Amino acid sequence: MGNKLLEVKNLKTTFFTVNGEIKAVDGISYYVDEGEVVALVGESGCGKSVSQLSVMQLVQSPPGKIVGGEIVFQGQDLLQCGAQSKEMREIRGARIGMIFQEPMTSLDPVQTVGSQLAEVIRRHKKVSKKQAWEIGVKTLEAVSIPDARVRMKNYPFELSGGMRQRIMIAITLACQSQLIITDEPTTALDVTIQAQIMELLMRLVRENKTSLVVVTHNLGLVTRHADRIYVMYAGKIVESGVTEDIITKPRHPYTIGLLNSVPKLRRDCSEDLNPIEGAPPDLANLPNECYFLPRCPYGKQACKGKKYPDLRQVDGQEHFIACFMDIGNDEGCTI
Amino acid sequence: MNEKKPLLQVEGLKMYFPLKKGLLSRTYCHVKAVDDVSFEVREGETFGIVGESGCGKTTTGKCILRIHDPTDGKIIYNGRDISKLPKSKFKENRRELQLIFQDPYESLDPRQSVCSILEEAIVCDRKFHTKEEIKKRMRELLSLVELHQDIALRYPHELSGGQRQRLGVARALACNPKLIVCDEPVSALDVSIQAQIINLFRRLQEELGLTYIFVAHDLAVVRHIAGRIGVMYLGRMVEILDSDDLFENSRHPYTKALLSAVPTTDYYREKRRERIVLEGEVPSPINAPPGCPFHPRCRYATDICRTTMPELLDRGRNHLVACYHDGPCES
Repeated sequence: MGNKLLEVKNLKTTFFTVNGEIKAVDGISYYVDEGEVVALVGESGCGKSVSQLSVMQLVQSPPGKIVGGEIVFQGQDLLQCGAQSKEMREIRGARIGMIFQEPMTSLDPVQTVGSQLAEVIRRHKKVSKKQAWEIGVKTLEAVSIPDARVRMKNYPFELSGGMRQRIMIAITLACQSQLIITDEPTTALDVTIQAQIMELLMRLVRENKTSLVVVTHNLGLVTRHADRIYVMYAGKIVESGVTEDIITKPRHPYTIGLLNSVPKLRRDCSEDLNPIEGAPPDLANLPNECYFLPRCPYGKQACKGKKYPDLRQVDGQEHFIACFMDIGNDEGCTI
Repeated sequence: MNEKKPLLQVEGLKMYFPLKKGLLSRTYCHVKAVDDVSFEVREGETFGIVGESGCGKTTTGKCILRIHDPTDGKIIYNGRDISKLPKSKFKENRRELQLIFQDPYESLDPRQSVCSILEEAIVCDRKFHTKEEIKKRMRELLSLVELHQDIALRYPHELSGGQRQRLGVARALACNPKLIVCDEPVSALDVSIQAQIINLFRRLQEELGLTYIFVAHDLAVVRHIAGRIGVMYLGRMVEILDSDDLFENSRHPYTKALLSAVPTTDYYREKRRERIVLEGEVPSPINAPPGCPFHPRCRYATDICRTTMPELLDRGRNHLVACYHDGPCES
């Protein structure tokens, strides 16, 4: 195991709304090693994006507030810095880069690509305007954009979706961020472009020893690229471990259900899929027991009335699940 | 499946959208959204159309329903060319041809309650007249798509994504259609909900003998639901094959590249799999390259590909490929 670059401990982010307190992120802990690719997987509304915005302290406040926990990045607790502080502004963008799902909304439509890139470079490095522009051209070349010099003078709307996402990657690359957080980086893109962008990100991770956090709902993407996976459900981590364990030996009923829901490219398709019945719970009215129990096909009488299960270790050294039962070991449910 | 007669035949379908400019809005060029597409759909089968954005898959679906009037080509439904029928005549067929949209948020009127959305569609069928009959039919439809009866009084914004898509399906079923064009019906849904809706589609097909044209970009989803698959690229059909053949026997370089680009959850295979990462992006359909539309990104491209468009030819076993270099052993 390498050095821990980022360690999040018991992070809690709550939104205070008219409908009551919504615990979007409810006490999650995870870490990212240097040079590691970590994935946070879950369906919409499970808190995966909010958890990452919390790390960057970009959660809109009000209504959102980080109510507890620690975010230790390179030995420094970011929550102690405060969201508006100068230190945090230095970290955001320079040491932790973030790539969002929709590059069109995260790029300024009335500025050229070049001036946006140069602005970021000049914000974090002491260089002249001309030097910043040259660095910009180099980084665009590094993310395989043809005619980089011409593209510097283009506006975002003149570029395709894949190209825009490359610009976003170039911005994080220009600042040599040690950690890149990507929120559904390829969801808005076509599959062949998705493959290109992921190849590019993985190449950068390998070459620069950057760490990467991928927030996504695409289980295939995670299988292909991630080193470790955290599965989230209703604001909590329900299962975590190395990719091989999670994908080939899932132990939490939710993870098993998710994997069964994905249509396979090879398997005989005359069988029906095994979806998870029902819908995710309302975060404003969470039950006082396991949140997944109403949808759990294995849910036993014994689970009822018990408080939310804590994460506990199972087989592999780093395999944790939040479940009372022991599924996955030849279907036998023991408590 | 071969004995069944084709319910729908599309022959040489072309849909060109004119681009206009200037004071007199002269047409100066065309976007060739769909260019010479032919395929047939047999009764009771599901025909999947896959491709990336801008490849013309949605436009093809819309042409079949005459939402766009095709520039050229024939659409033969039940032995009758419906592409040139006047709108009034076409309406008679329209009840049998229905559409399910991608976005269940935008395809439902936010100011209509569930029951009035369904009522409108049921009245169109002209089989149900009294209030009692309509109510009975509504209950039937709701239970068909596994929605609770209480939902009838709610509004679309009170429903979850999955429930909304079920409602879209119920609305399409109201007129007892024969053919449903499903345009990316599960793309906007979460994986677990997506699987529920896919199962629903399959069950309805069995129970009601429906024929689907299933348009989507997700190969795994299409392979799961469709019997035959057409792969489109830049307005053209480049390969048509049985879905069982998709993984092992696809022959067009684009289909292979698509397959290799889709990440799967098969961990051990995924680690070993050779990946074909395509260079570049899809060219604009305004200035489509001459010859094979795929040649600028194809690694097998030769001179003939750059000048002449390969025809979609039958290579046996219902497998049609439009490529000069499609040796099955190349991979």
